[in-house]
Amino acid sequence: MERSLFLAQRITAMILAPLVIIHLGLILFSVQGGLTAAEILDRTQGNIGWALFYSLFVVSAAIHAPIGLRHVINEWTSMPQRWVNALVMLLGGALLLLGLRAVFAVY
Amino acid sequence: MSPTDTASELLKVRIWRGREQGCLVDYEIETRKNQTVLDVVTEIQRRLEPTLAYRFACRVGVCGSCAMTVNGRPRWTCRTHIKNVVTDGTLTIEPLRNLPRLKDLVCDMAPFIDTWEKAGAPFSGNATRHDKPATVRPDSAMRLAADAALQCISCAVCYSACDVVDWNPDYIGPAGLNRAWTLINDVRHNKREATFQLAFGTGGCGSCHSHGNCTRHCPVELRPSESIAGLKRAAFSGLPTD
Repeated sequence: MERSLFLAQRITAMILAPLVIIHLGLILFSVQGGLTAAEILDRTQGNIGWALFYSLFVVSAAIHAPIGLRHVINEWTSMPQRWVNALVMLLGGALLLLGLRAVFAVY
Repeated sequence: MSPTDTASELLKVRIWRGREQGCLVDYEIETRKNQTVLDVVTEIQRRLEPTLAYRFACRVGVCGSCAMTVNGRPRWTCRTHIKNVVTDGTLTIEPLRNLPRLKDLVCDMAPFIDTWEKAGAPFSGNATRHDKPATVRPDSAMRLAADAALQCISCAVCYSACDVVDWNPDYIGPAGLNRAWTLINDVRHNKREATFQLAFGTGGCGSCHSHGNCTRHCPVELRPSESIAGLKRAAFSGLPTD
């Protein structure tokens, strides 16, 4: 399982690297003329491209972050592995649900 | 040589006394030319503190048994000249980190040796004396990879230097993973896949943070962090082939 987790974390890192750069670039670009809800919705509503972009972002982050956090918890606490796994899966699930909910909310 | 032949100034030496519970005890000895940290410990044990426990054998950097923590860093004390490590006229000598302390400067090496087993380290061959010797080209990629990591003498300096070993009791550590890397690059080892699975199991190479303390401190200048990086790459590419 460790090897699968390692691969999943590295592959999602490779996916996230360009997505994060585009995401940050978009923020810097879009706030030039002020930031309003109307402007955001104007860009995202009905735009399948941004919906797919951020869906991929959310799914990758929901896989990547819990695996890293699992290592951190293992190193910093003596919590049993089963609890750690349950905790980070809960976190991954929450990230996935909340993230996708946000994506669809502005689509 | 009498103690005063080449003696100059006094050196303050702080040495860990006790087991897990203990304290640093101060001693003073005269500094000499060409004095190693092991010389200092030996002089204190012979002249000032006969009950001081420490471990050494060859005294010339071959066996690796005299490794201790000197001014916060793991080192072979027989190969460490005091002029290179003394800070403000003081030398602080403690047992290796990350290992149970038995007495004074002596650690229990068993947990370290166990990590080799955990990494799938025992060589396993299935050839008999009736078989032809395996053909291993010296310039093959696998042999070159193994060569670069082979000369480990199990001194545990890398294990002591590693912060991840300190944080994660399940972590195999650099020496065990380095050994696993040599084995999965050895065509004669008939448990390459099993060794790879163990090296990637719980506490395996995926736990390494790539800090590089192992490579920074290895007295024989091996690069365990590169071996671990090789294992990580193999997670994508599978077992190495020539």
